[in-house]
Amino acid sequence: MLAYVIRRVFQSAIVLLIVGLVAFAMFRFVGDPVDNMLGQERTQADIERLRDRLGLDLPFPVQYWRFLQEAAQGNFGLSYRQGRPVSDILIERAPATLELAAVSGVLALFVGIGLGVFTAIRRRGTAANLIMTVSLIGVSLPTFLIGILLIYLFSVELGWLPSFGRGEVVDLGGWTTGFLTISGLKALILPSITLGLYQMTLIMRLVRTEMLEVLRQDYIRFARARGLRERSVNFRHALKNTLVPVITITGLQLGSIIAFAIITETVFQWPGVGLLFINAIQFVDIPVMAAYLMLISVMFVGINLIVDLLYFAIDPRLRVDRTGGGGK
Amino acid sequence: MAKTVLSVRDLVVEIPTRWGVLRPVDRVSYDIAAGEILGVVGESGAGKSMTGNAVIGLLDRPAQIAGGEIWLGDTRIDSLRGEPMRKLRGRRIGMIFQDPLTSLNPLLTIGDQLTETILEHLPVTTAEARARAIAGLEEVGIPAARDRIDSYPHEFSGGMRQRVVIALALCAEPELIIADEPTTALDVSVQAQIISLLKRLCRERGVAVMLVTHDMGVIAEAADRVAVMYAGRLAELGPVREVLTRAAHPYTAGLMASTPLASQGRERLRQIPGSMPRLGQLPEGCAFHPRCEIAQDRCRLGPSPHIEDGSGRASCWYPLHNMEKEDA
Amino acid sequence: MTHGTATRTRTQRLRSIWHSDFVYSFRHAPVAVASATVVLLMVLAAVFAPLIAPFDPFNPATLNLMNGFTPPMEPNAFTGESFWLGTDDQGRDVFSTILYGMRISLFVGFSAVMLALVLGVVLGLLAGYLGGWTETIIMRVADVQLTFPAILVAMLIFGIAKGITPPEYRDQMAIWVLILAIGLSDWVQFARVVRGATLVEKNKEYVQAARLIGRAPLAIMLRHILPNVLNPVLVIATISLALAIIAEATLSFLGVGAPPTQPSLGTLIRIGQGFLFSGEWWILLFPAATLLTLALSVNLLGDWLRDALNPRLR
Repeated sequence: MLAYVIRRVFQSAIVLLIVGLVAFAMFRFVGDPVDNMLGQERTQADIERLRDRLGLDLPFPVQYWRFLQEAAQGNFGLSYRQGRPVSDILIERAPATLELAAVSGVLALFVGIGLGVFTAIRRRGTAANLIMTVSLIGVSLPTFLIGILLIYLFSVELGWLPSFGRGEVVDLGGWTTGFLTISGLKALILPSITLGLYQMTLIMRLVRTEMLEVLRQDYIRFARARGLRERSVNFRHALKNTLVPVITITGLQLGSIIAFAIITETVFQWPGVGLLFINAIQFVDIPVMAAYLMLISVMFVGINLIVDLLYFAIDPRLRVDRTGGGGK
Repeated sequence: MAKTVLSVRDLVVEIPTRWGVLRPVDRVSYDIAAGEILGVVGESGAGKSMTGNAVIGLLDRPAQIAGGEIWLGDTRIDSLRGEPMRKLRGRRIGMIFQDPLTSLNPLLTIGDQLTETILEHLPVTTAEARARAIAGLEEVGIPAARDRIDSYPHEFSGGMRQRVVIALALCAEPELIIADEPTTALDVSVQAQIISLLKRLCRERGVAVMLVTHDMGVIAEAADRVAVMYAGRLAELGPVREVLTRAAHPYTAGLMASTPLASQGRERLRQIPGSMPRLGQLPEGCAFHPRCEIAQDRCRLGPSPHIEDGSGRASCWYPLHNMEKEDA
Repeated sequence: MTHGTATRTRTQRLRSIWHSDFVYSFRHAPVAVASATVVLLMVLAAVFAPLIAPFDPFNPATLNLMNGFTPPMEPNAFTGESFWLGTDDQGRDVFSTILYGMRISLFVGFSAVMLALVLGVVLGLLAGYLGGWTETIIMRVADVQLTFPAILVAMLIFGIAKGITPPEYRDQMAIWVLILAIGLSDWVQFARVVRGATLVEKNKEYVQAARLIGRAPLAIMLRHILPNVLNPVLVIATISLALAIIAEATLSFLGVGAPPTQPSLGTLIRIGQGFLFSGEWWILLFPAATLLTLALSVNLLGDWLRDALNPRLR
């Protein structure tokens, strides 16, 4: 098992190195960094000094190494557009995105698994079919449209909930939270439903497919043949086996919530990292794009790693040896 | 003669399809007495497994019992559905599946799977259930059962797993065991052990066993009586020595001639020409007539004689051996 | 036997197609028939948009600013002109802009899927058939890319491409950059399935035999392996089409896609969102409903196709 963990950590490091290379290449080759960082009034001396400070004349691998070192310390340079250190901007905006993602993730996970199990067990029932049809509409409905629809219904027509922003936030030593005020919580409702809904449908459909597959397995037939109650067959026997394959994809889904936050944050003008990123793309603010890319990669790779290690907790076959596990 | 445990009368199983209704089991009748092993033999698709599934009430949709009666002791069970049928499964009818690798839940210890079954059916405490589970494992020949009860299925070999499966089928002390190809997935050396285990348990506990297999060798080794199925119909039914040595139905005779039984190993193996028809394309009259060397007009036109337990032995107008004397 | 098949007439052959499992299940799936019809109609409407649209929304000569904000089916207060689905702020007929927008959405969607398909199938075949380093590199790249959501990858590619194109060409190139971004973000699915199928087929005896008699690898891949992966590729392509249409709409909505000069459905929704609070609902609603209908129909079709071509999952 230890060997496996080491190998996974090693693989994660390689992924991060590759992403770092992409980020660095963006920084280095998309547009001219010197051009972008100096204003209109610049002297040849300014250019030389900046080239020297950025190390643009050094060999490529050395530049890449320096970039990685800086990135590891959270230093991504100055935003072309705002002229402030990228890391400051990110730290300032991270709480908004993380709180939104956390609420959406919990929503998507619990409701998604619940509905998935329900539709698998009541496969031919009317309610299950209805949920499946609605979920297909959910998959076809782009996130931004869901957001607009919710705004139209609950903000424009009913006037119950705010249509943009985080509401009042409380500053807890650098971490701004919307959890502690009524208006902050109200402001969270629509964005988190918008963000969570798509992931929820995906998780639900995935759980359903896997569960139907598991329900076809011999050990489920055998459990039935032993006269176990349906509840025990479905939840004790089937659900646990369903969750093993589901857990990876679900982990990835939850990770991608951070990425999909870009869309939700744009619709609701939510002052998070995603809105920052989309603005960065519009204005070709490369340092912000690169930093966002690195940040999100660290998160994804971290989630992937955790998910992989979670397998060991759930599947006893893996605890013994990796190669010996037969079946799926 | 011991008391009859299972009595199947004119059982019909139907599958409605868009090409019409298929009959994988067509008016099949047999009895099994306590302490008796009835071998049900036939090619794949002959309807032998379907018969077993019908008895335990686990037919896969859209297959359904369309006629006949199934009696377990004094209870008529073919009409039972839902909760009453579930309480019967495991408690009065145990089932053993073909592949021990897939019939145990990989994520639960064998102890968990045994105790949940015992607790479901018998009025005992958890501690008593565990003691029973250990006793059950010892009975089927698991060495050091006390230490191994908390192991996961993947920690056992195939043969050992099949012993666990048998322990599971027997743990609530059923009167009838349906063993569906219990040795097919095992190594030859292990097959013999499992067969003798089944025989021993059958004798000691007085359980009735329905042994479904395509392997004539297993039948010869284990069964007291044998039912030969062809294309969903009962071709021949009788004491195993009678049927094996003096087959009355031409299909049984052909089956014997094509099987390398140790006792008759001198002759060259013969094949039955052609193959079993698909259910949608059954010929008129006797289903075997297109492949039968002695078929007459009578075989092609009307249905062949119907056999019930105790009346006649082969469903054939021109049996190869006379059947006045049934008992050996 | 051979004689029998040789004399089979054309009608018989058509009849056998009509009665094949595939067509049978299609005819008996009302949802599939309905969604296929809707998709077909929408594609036709998009292709023939210039003939169908009552106005050319991009010809300034035909526009009258006085017609701005005309509600659907009501004559304009100033000019008395009436529009089926109303007009937007610049007096453009919403119905016409939707037709043209759908044209761009479908064009980007189809092109992106084609790009992803060709790229994925070729790389998947190479990875599966050649193995070794080729396979390692291709599949590693696929794994890394799969770690990230496609929409993020597409945004990133769009951002980079935007950085590379000179500002004065950005609007002109936007459509092609979109196709590139969405196509490149979506090839992995194809590559994985094709590689998997290739690995299975490669070891089958007929392929081994073809290799032994010295058929060129390319010929083997095209003649023997490719036909076996067509079904799953078709399913993935259909589902990808829905995803690509949604991805395009999302990017355009976020302002990093089709420019206002060439609005796709997403751009129209972006424009319409601005009028949500002021009561001009039709500028938003009709493009949104069109997008939803299109994506849903393609999804339903893909869903049915997956079930029909993959009986195991039914």
